[in-house]
Amino acid sequence: MKRYFGRKLLIYVITFFLAVTIDWLIPRLMPGDPIQNMLARAALNANAAERMYTYYTHAFQLDLPVWQQYLSFWNALLHGDLGISTYLFPTPVVDIIKAAVPFDIFLLLPAILLSWWAGNKFGAYAARTKRLDNTVLPIAYLLTATPYMWLGILLAWVFGIILGWLPIAGAYSYTMGTDLSWAFVGSVLKHWILPFLSLFLVGFGGWAIGMRNMIIYELEADYSHYLEALGAPRKLIRKYAFRNAILPQLSGLALQLGVIVAGALVTEVVFSYPGIGYLILSAIQNQDYFLVQGCFLFIIIGVLLANFLIDIAFVIVDPRTRKGMVGE
Amino acid sequence: MSLRVEDLTVYYQTLRGDVRALESATFSLADGEIMGLAGESGCGKSTLSNSLIRLAPPMKHIKGRVILDDQELPIADLHAMNEYRFTEISVVPQYAMNAMNPTRKIGKMAEELLRSRGIDARKALPELERRLDLVELDHDVLKMYPIEMSGGMKQRMVMVLSTLMDPSLLLADEITSALDVSTQKAVAKMLVGFRDREIVKSIVVITHDMSILYQIADGIMIMYAGQLAEKASTETIIHSPRHPYTKLLITSLPKVGVKHDEVRLKGIPGNPPLLLDPPTGCRFRERCPLAFEPCMDVPPFVEIEPNHFVACWKEGGANA
Repeated sequence: MKRYFGRKLLIYVITFFLAVTIDWLIPRLMPGDPIQNMLARAALNANAAERMYTYYTHAFQLDLPVWQQYLSFWNALLHGDLGISTYLFPTPVVDIIKAAVPFDIFLLLPAILLSWWAGNKFGAYAARTKRLDNTVLPIAYLLTATPYMWLGILLAWVFGIILGWLPIAGAYSYTMGTDLSWAFVGSVLKHWILPFLSLFLVGFGGWAIGMRNMIIYELEADYSHYLEALGAPRKLIRKYAFRNAILPQLSGLALQLGVIVAGALVTEVVFSYPGIGYLILSAIQNQDYFLVQGCFLFIIIGVLLANFLIDIAFVIVDPRTRKGMVGE
Repeated sequence: MSLRVEDLTVYYQTLRGDVRALESATFSLADGEIMGLAGESGCGKSTLSNSLIRLAPPMKHIKGRVILDDQELPIADLHAMNEYRFTEISVVPQYAMNAMNPTRKIGKMAEELLRSRGIDARKALPELERRLDLVELDHDVLKMYPIEMSGGMKQRMVMVLSTLMDPSLLLADEITSALDVSTQKAVAKMLVGFRDREIVKSIVVITHDMSILYQIADGIMIMYAGQLAEKASTETIIHSPRHPYTKLLITSLPKVGVKHDEVRLKGIPGNPPLLLDPPTGCRFRERCPLAFEPCMDVPPFVEIEPNHFVACWKEGGANA
């Protein structure tokens, strides 16, 4: 057991190192110059711009050799410093991300968990109900094949524009302060419904189809046939099939939970929802090395953490993984 | 009389038509009898066994009755059969190696199976452990997952699970096929033990391995291409078979003391017919060295001597 997790942990550490290195490298391969970009927003005369440019390039250490930038990046990172954003200068990257993450969690955690739960339940149910299998499942196929943004735009158009029931942009009303009042909570919930729904529906369709196919596969497995030959009640057979069919769904869930801090880029863009997804887009558009790095760092940590948690969960629910641990 | 099968006919429904896998099988099984059911692959052994316990699509019941301990089994009704499965008639399936749920501890599975029949697993535990002793399994297997057991252990465990309700009839489908020779013999002996201790009343052992049958079976029934060919006591089948197929089958078995690099082992020329569109009359006709005019009609399965049934015009059929 200890050895198994020790080995896993080592793999995660190596993965983290490589991923962070790539994360550092990728923004620097973008064409363009973050400082120029930042200064372009301020109206300066040519002379001042030149001096400012030199100053900031030095301040952000972009004049140093690349290997020195890399080392000081790791040094800062290990001290919990993600740098200063050039796009939202002079706010530290950590603060920007801290402000965005709650929105992501608030939007994505319910969307992912509920769509997983409901999709699996529904898929398992559809697998043994012919009528449902023939009517509702095609709709699930349609849903899961729908691009998030298209469904998002469609929802915004129907419920926001035509019916006018729900707001279509932002996380709360722009005219409102962020003080905690009932009106504010109501506004947040109202703004939450449409992005949530677009994520939930697409996820739901995917999970339902996956579960339906897995259940059908498990019901054809030898152990199911054996139970049938022994005249075991349908309930017991379904229980066994469900328990085994849920395993691959569980690793799928892990992957989704891992990118939770990444937000749902297109959905957030469609609904102007101020999560990390929205932030990544702005950061890339403005060549903000530090903000891009910071966002991706959170994604990396999220993915690794979620995978590690699922590794542990698997050891608990699937005895076959436990066998592998003592094997070597 | 433990089991009586009358005129049982079962087809497989396929898109290309009915596959006539079991045609008018009529036979009976005495109390306490272990009957071997032998024949080559695709001859309908498993079809016969499956139709006794779970006649599910694409199998289709065409006609015939099955009477177990003076009760007619509703074999064509998947749901009504549940009452008899496990309690009256049970099976050690061909796929016994994979028959147990990979993510459930074996004891837990046994408990859930018993509970589905309204039996308190705790009260049944001493008996369960006694039976584990019988098949020489450690009591700790109840705390194990199927993946932690060897093939032979799984095979024996399934034997215990299948017979927990003391069924009258046990169908053992190819239970020794995936095992090595020494384990085969042990498992076969255990099967006899189940009968001797009256855990089960009678057993049908389905196999293509005649040597196992010779060791444990009281009688042997030979099938060919969906039809019953011959049924008699083990001694009779091995030493004085009457049906030409049985004769050829027995001579094609290797014998102790014969060096087969000197005497070439004989096979049966030709292949069994396709059962999608089988020939009329005796289905062995094409390969039979003795075939003659009457073989164009199906030979009746008649008793030529006490407890010796043959379906051949050259034998009982000519006298009938």
